[in-house]
Amino acid sequence: MSQESIPEGGRLNRAPGARSIGKVLHAMGVRPRLAVILIPYLWLVFFFLVPFGIVLKISFAKLAIAQPPFTPLFVCTDTTITSLWTCFFSGKLDLQPTLAAYGYLFHEPLYFKAYWNSVQTAFWSTIFCLLIGYPMAYGMARSSATVRNALLMLIVLPFWTSFLIRVYAWIGLLKTNGVINNILGSFGILDLLSWAGIHDGPLNMMNTQFAVYIGIIYSYLPFMILPLYANLEKMDLTLLEAANDLGCKPLKAFFLITVPLSFPGIVAGSMLVFIPAVGEYVIPELLGGSNTVMIGRELYNVFSQNRDWPSASAIAIMVLVLLVVPITFYQYYQNKESEAGK
Amino acid sequence: MAAENPAHYHTNTPWNEPGAEPYIRIDHVTKKFGDFVAVNDVSLNIYRGELFSLLGGSGCGKTTLLRMLAGFEEPTAGKIYIDGVDMAGIPPYARPTNMMFQSYALFPHMTVEANVAFGLKQDGTPANEVKERVRQILDMVQLTQFVKRKPHQLSGGQRQRVALARALVKAPKLLLLDEPLGALDKKLREATQFEIMNIQDKLGITFIVVTHDQEEAMTLSTRIGVMHQGQIVQIGTPQEIYEYPNNKHVADFIGSVNLFEGRMIEDEPDHVLIDSPEAGGKIYVDHGISASPDARVWAAIRPEKIQLTKGDRGEPYNCIKGMVKGIAYMGNLSIYLVQLDSGKEVKVTMPNQMRAAEQEIGWDDRVTLTWHANSPVLLLS
Repeated sequence: MSQESIPEGGRLNRAPGARSIGKVLHAMGVRPRLAVILIPYLWLVFFFLVPFGIVLKISFAKLAIAQPPFTPLFVCTDTTITSLWTCFFSGKLDLQPTLAAYGYLFHEPLYFKAYWNSVQTAFWSTIFCLLIGYPMAYGMARSSATVRNALLMLIVLPFWTSFLIRVYAWIGLLKTNGVINNILGSFGILDLLSWAGIHDGPLNMMNTQFAVYIGIIYSYLPFMILPLYANLEKMDLTLLEAANDLGCKPLKAFFLITVPLSFPGIVAGSMLVFIPAVGEYVIPELLGGSNTVMIGRELYNVFSQNRDWPSASAIAIMVLVLLVVPITFYQYYQNKESEAGK
Repeated sequence: MAAENPAHYHTNTPWNEPGAEPYIRIDHVTKKFGDFVAVNDVSLNIYRGELFSLLGGSGCGKTTLLRMLAGFEEPTAGKIYIDGVDMAGIPPYARPTNMMFQSYALFPHMTVEANVAFGLKQDGTPANEVKERVRQILDMVQLTQFVKRKPHQLSGGQRQRVALARALVKAPKLLLLDEPLGALDKKLREATQFEIMNIQDKLGITFIVVTHDQEEAMTLSTRIGVMHQGQIVQIGTPQEIYEYPNNKHVADFIGSVNLFEGRMIEDEPDHVLIDSPEAGGKIYVDHGISASPDARVWAAIRPEKIQLTKGDRGEPYNCIKGMVKGIAYMGNLSIYLVQLDSGKEVKVTMPNQMRAAEQEIGWDDRVTLTWHANSPVLLLS
């Protein structure tokens, strides 16, 4: 659009900057609606897609004693040319990918174990979060408006403290001389267990898989509750009355009506727990000790201790391929179905 | 009673027979929510095979009464008997009632077939019997071709029929309908009204319908109970309610009505004379009422029972004068808004026997309003 066609002091009092941005966008042929969509897309491109491309690239490289510590993916066959661009245009650029890092992963049983253990841990954590979270979300959704807001506040409140600090706090609770063992000891329950021949001495909870479960379930429970709550809260309660009226007892109506209708909430909550739990690093590191092998921790070890960037990248890519891709597809079809089911 | 033949005429009138046993007995039922009295000491007898309407404005307690019959609310005081059984403490799933909800409350994740079969399955009916009964009922409401659809794939009218089928399929002793036609457009309403009446005739199930729509209540019902502020103010057949309302509220709620306040000056067994300054004349009624002389009364006259003639005519009674202030042309009839000399506005409806252009009464014409001596209904409250 030409300069003249925008009258000076136009009808809308926009900020001068906004007007010029609008002009620039308009000149580029970008309509306002597109501009709004563009912002999250650009964000994703720069902060997800580009870093992902870099990781993908590194995963096809080989470990090297160099700076950075891996072989370049693109090599110029003519060593006299130093710039990659000139090399590219002279046609002498050679792509040298290697699957060495992936080969290493497949030959090292530790990683299979770590993957399997991570998926298992994430799976059971999700199940427990669902079992604990569903009644909580249900209770919230069915309570009066004031109680509901207070409960919602309580769910969100822990986020005001750093995640790391909250996980650290569990060390103080779980360790041999920690709060739980002290309380059990002072009530004589530890003595009782010892007398009954079940267990001798303070309970050994730290650095076990149990502690990892506690940490993950505790940390991710809100992510299960909130989508479930949002779903259950908008449910039409006359459907339950209708089921009752047709001869269905309340408990059965819960399983026949409420649970199927809350399925989108169950899926959303489970995704929000399962996906980050698979790659969880902090919780197994702090609570799990050396006995628990989880893929997030292995990735960190490979990256920072072995300084093996290609293998670390390959691990990251494999997590993505093996878990995120099928889950995304599943969710895509789920969305399509629920859209049709409205 | 009026000469006009109602659309749905029931020859049996068990409520007039002294020995008849009521099928549903609501006995001094009161329901309070905190301090608010939703239903206030309601007593009501409904007979087998009736189609009874509870009619009233929003907040009159009609839905609460229905929910107490279904078992969703327990009465604060009083008893409800269905077929002689006291319903106190019996949960909704154990009652011989089914309800059709105002929102239809169809299960969105189930097909039409599954929705209708739901109630039968809860009773442990054998699978092949469930299938057969669902097929029959869907055949009756003409939904056979939609069995595999989910509720969101149906139109409003189809959903309404699914809801009706789902409530009917268990052949309950009592079917409760909450504003059954509320969400339908006029054409569909009329068709469905007759459909409901046919089904009711065919199955002989007792229906209780809650509605705020007097037209719906008039066409559907054997009897109507008009509710106001938690109480039943009048029970009667549609004709009785329309022609002989027993108070101003009922008269005004059912159809439209012109009310003239006045003072009784003559009260004989065969006639009553009322002096009404509001009407600007005397009103002569050819039936007596029992009231103290000089009492304040209201004469209620329906708009269609008033005759409009051009010019000033003089008659001693039932003859008042005014000026046409507005004409609403409705197609089959016209509504005239007449301002009387006293200032009061009166509505008169007249059938359009001639084309609009040839109407002899126009805006700002002086007119005389007359009516037959048996047309007014005298109300004391």
